[in-house]
Amino acid sequence: MTSSGVGVSETASALCFVLVLLVPFAIVGLALINTGLGRSRSAAHSMMASLMAVAVAALVYFAVGFSWQGFAGGPTHAISLGGKAWNWIAAEPFFMRGLQFDSSPSSLIAPLQIFGVGLATLIPLGAGADRWRLGAICASTALLAGFTHPLFANWIWGGGWLSQLGANYGLGRGFVDAGGSSSIQVVGGLTALSLAWILGPRRGKYSAVGMPAAVPGHNAVLVAMGCFLATVGWCGLNSAGTILFAHGEAARCILVTLNTLLAGASAGLTAAAITKVRFGKPDASLTVNGWIGGLVASSAGCAFIKPAAAVLVGIIAGALVTFAVEWLEFELKVDDPGGSISVHAVSGIWGVLAVGIVAHFPSSMPGADSGQWLAQVIGIATLIGFVLPMTYGLNWLLNRVYPQRVDIEGERQGMDLHELGADAYPDFVTHADEFIQR
Amino acid sequence: MKIAGFFLLLAGWALVVATLALLGSAPARTGFVLAGIGVEIVGMILVVRSHLPVREDRG
Repeated sequence: MTSSGVGVSETASALCFVLVLLVPFAIVGLALINTGLGRSRSAAHSMMASLMAVAVAALVYFAVGFSWQGFAGGPTHAISLGGKAWNWIAAEPFFMRGLQFDSSPSSLIAPLQIFGVGLATLIPLGAGADRWRLGAICASTALLAGFTHPLFANWIWGGGWLSQLGANYGLGRGFVDAGGSSSIQVVGGLTALSLAWILGPRRGKYSAVGMPAAVPGHNAVLVAMGCFLATVGWCGLNSAGTILFAHGEAARCILVTLNTLLAGASAGLTAAAITKVRFGKPDASLTVNGWIGGLVASSAGCAFIKPAAAVLVGIIAGALVTFAVEWLEFELKVDDPGGSISVHAVSGIWGVLAVGIVAHFPSSMPGADSGQWLAQVIGIATLIGFVLPMTYGLNWLLNRVYPQRVDIEGERQGMDLHELGADAYPDFVTHADEFIQR
Repeated sequence: MKIAGFFLLLAGWALVVATLALLGSAPARTGFVLAGIGVEIVGMILVVRSHLPVREDRG
């Protein structure tokens, strides 16, 4: 038995390590998408912020995050409710001191999760683009990587109470999420929503009567390139998660990769078709966001749904993203330049719910045949009823002691010049503000 | 309104968790979990409304 309590074969471990090394492509992809969908005068700031966020996330997760997330079978704090033990947070030593760096699942979870939490911390950057200060990004990232993400990840991947719903209460296989639709995507998306509310919209985004102004992204090529790279990363993330968190066999990665690609592709095509019908021409940014929404939705059930169901999951995700972007911008007055809330929170919730509707589990996987949908719904209720207030509260408190929004001059000047002292594109005059004498 | 909304979000989640711990029968459990989600939806509506900007044309 390995130190994680759930063993995998040497072959699966080797494959898993290679898959983990693909996950940074998802990080790069998301960073490029966020940058391309933002303004040109904040492009260098966006990439710099992505680097800083991933760095802070890695260090904070190494220091404390992993100790609170833990792994199935590891030491944990539990309370007794109604005669059942509820594992609510792991009790690993800080700084990963309890890990043996061998080929055990627990040692593979560490690098996978460092990349996973890095991916989660990039999600709010899309919502806070053009107005979120670099220092505040690092501080907020520390909260997300050090506490919010590890706590929920423990509940679903670390042997926590949500994963025990099957064993304790007969609800299917307990809450199932192989690739992180909930713990990475929805947690990141709800943090993005919190920050969009706390930061407020960009200056000039809404008129006095609440009509939104179009602020198009500055580079569609970066956005599309990011989408391709993210697809590769997602295949690695979902496949590695299937082996390490859903305890699937290595051969299942073929199905996982196929489902991931099909969900992303069908979501992208759906978004393109909807925008073509509604606006006369397909919209590049919404198509990419729809594609990413499909990848996000595929993560939860990628190992347990048939390819045809993955297409269905992707079609619904693509449609949800398209309408959610518009609904948030026009009706709820939430300024989310990167579409992070729609792509990651809305699609992620759909992906989690889809597991309870279309998933078919192998008979070797312990648990009941009924009640899976209720376990998934309880997970969604926890995300909205507990994670959202917590991440909002933490970032609200942070904003009180360390204001997160850049000042008026910084927003007018652009984040590149104001915070970094240099533009991303110094050889080109890319916006009218550069004619203004400084 | 914002604080009330977040309070209702937490209250709805607490109802879901309490249902698991206290109720044994599947129909009752399902009903109370859905009721908890209903409370969360009301809380979410309040939180969203509290973040809507005040429109100047309303006087």
